[in-house]
Amino acid sequence: MTDAPTLERKTLSVAGAELELLDGGQGAPVLFLHSASGIEAGDPFLRLLARQRRVIAPSHPGFGRSALPDWMDSVDDFAHVYLEMMDKLKLTRVDMIGCSIGGWIANEIATKAPERINRLVLIGPVGVKVGPVDKLDIPDMFAMPQEKVAKLIFHDPVKYRPDLAAMSDEQVSIMVRNRETLALITWEPYMHNPKLKHRLHRVTAPALFVRGASDGLISAEYLQKYAALLPNARTETIAEAGHAPQLEQSAVTADKVIAFLNG
Amino acid sequence: MRAWHFSENAYPYLPPQDEYESIRVNLPNSNYDPRKGAELYDRFLDEWLIAEDEGLEIMLNEHHQTATCVDPAAPVVLGALARLSKKARLLILGNPVANRRMPIRVAEEMALIDVLSKGRLECGFVRGVPYEVLPANSNPVRMNERQWEAMDLIVRAWTSHDGPFSHEGRFFHHRNVNIWPRPYQQPHPPCWVSTTSPGGAQQVGRRGWVQATFLTGFDGTRAIFDSYRKGWREAGLGNDVPVNRLAYAALVYTGETEAKAHAGADKLLWYMRANKVPFHYQYPPGYMPVAAMAKVVRGAALDQHASLKDKAQVDKAIEAGIMFAGTPDQVYGQVKRFYEHVGGFGHLLLMGQAGFLEHDDTVHGIKTFAREVYPRLKAEFPDTTISGIQQQKVVA
Repeated sequence: MTDAPTLERKTLSVAGAELELLDGGQGAPVLFLHSASGIEAGDPFLRLLARQRRVIAPSHPGFGRSALPDWMDSVDDFAHVYLEMMDKLKLTRVDMIGCSIGGWIANEIATKAPERINRLVLIGPVGVKVGPVDKLDIPDMFAMPQEKVAKLIFHDPVKYRPDLAAMSDEQVSIMVRNRETLALITWEPYMHNPKLKHRLHRVTAPALFVRGASDGLISAEYLQKYAALLPNARTETIAEAGHAPQLEQSAVTADKVIAFLNG
Repeated sequence: MRAWHFSENAYPYLPPQDEYESIRVNLPNSNYDPRKGAELYDRFLDEWLIAEDEGLEIMLNEHHQTATCVDPAAPVVLGALARLSKKARLLILGNPVANRRMPIRVAEEMALIDVLSKGRLECGFVRGVPYEVLPANSNPVRMNERQWEAMDLIVRAWTSHDGPFSHEGRFFHHRNVNIWPRPYQQPHPPCWVSTTSPGGAQQVGRRGWVQATFLTGFDGTRAIFDSYRKGWREAGLGNDVPVNRLAYAALVYTGETEAKAHAGADKLLWYMRANKVPFHYQYPPGYMPVAAMAKVVRGAALDQHASLKDKAQVDKAIEAGIMFAGTPDQVYGQVKRFYEHVGGFGHLLLMGQAGFLEHDDTVHGIKTFAREVYPRLKAEFPDTTISGIQQQKVVA
């Protein structure tokens, strides 16, 4: 991937929070909203995207090196932060890609300002409750060992097991803090906003819902029912990938996403 | 010194440990026989009343969805004790206020018990142990902030007497607070907070409330009490911190003979041996500060658990200062040594019953302590003593 541009790390003050963001590439802007595991500047998927588009990828408040003001504690807060960030960066209209909780944030943004979204890609998104009252739509990640979480997340969990010995103290701290902020914003109601499904009909942008075939967190049924809440959405499955096809199958996923964004 | 009899009200009749993943949170309650449970409640209430007859005070606590402590509503049991007991102080340690959605309800429950007991309530507050966040569906992040807002609101509810007030805080919202009854004790019942971290103790010290710590051993306890004293002085409460602001909970068993005492003490260690809880319940995200949790992720917890497991033997537990056990002379000597090491404390919380320690043995431990050890502790360590490590006293 030597020909792919590297994204530059910047900081930007939004809503009283210092946010870190990656910015790079040329073309129509794409706002990339990461999953609970955060983002890295060398992320292959982002670099593939940046070959064709300008990619703006912030770390959510409380994730990576982004600050988390005391008053923030919800996905809704983050959606407002990003609308303000778009104003600051003069991004009138964008394409948006959101993974997992990033997909939830993307949908919250899209319901608040549908006119600012061209096309929307949701990869393994959480955020709605579509199943029965007596069963969690998404397995309880906070009530199981990390090894079991990894099995639900990855098609190939062994390959993506974190190598703690090789990680710097800062990297371990970021991993721990990402998990803490994830708990803060998803604990209750678990992984969803009960209001969101009643608002998604406002999202008129064409939307692509993507799921890895081995995703143990987001079921195929969940994805279908979620997509059906938007007026103009379709679904796609990526083989040999779990909850993060952008990581496990970055080239295939990037191709499909870029094809969709290019209409 | 004041001594308090404490039992977690465990339900010990469980299958072998290797047949379940955790004694807390997900152990099915099909393992609980309500008839056996009813007998246990009778027994534990009787033991508290025997402790009262022997001159001890009464302490109880609360945990949820666990066999280790089948008292998920401590105020209910405290209500029964308020009527059954006559003179003992009644310490609840405590109300898990970071997990209670309505602090005002807690203020009401505690005021009711204070009136019912004619002013014998000692009201403790706890943040709640990590395994409680799932049972309470309580967000493990920012619990400390919730706890302090709740405690301050409860005190305000107790001490406001001129009709409704409102509270629009970070975590709690009440438009009309005007509790009936108000507490019997004025301005309000004594407040206790338990914490096992120096940072927490400093905050408690700033309020001047009673600081309790559990099984933190010689050096851990000294660090916590030092932080308390630091907070107390910073808040301008004076230079001298009386020992009655500090409490220590240990496993305690006193017997006529060393052999009998160690046999009883060994049964108390069920409390430590039975606490089988997997990592993901022990360490929910956000419960600990990031820096501390990063160390845990790197393996610090494994060392800590190995060390705890190692201490679950009578000799080692005594050596670590988490257990006082033996003949009356031995127990007195162990408490004295601990007292002097940590700079003094005014309340000894005796975990005097656990697991399969049966009624007769529990009562033997209570009575032997109360008759042979307690009078000496009261004489040697008066409540008004100023706390602080020995060297400071000598200089002064």
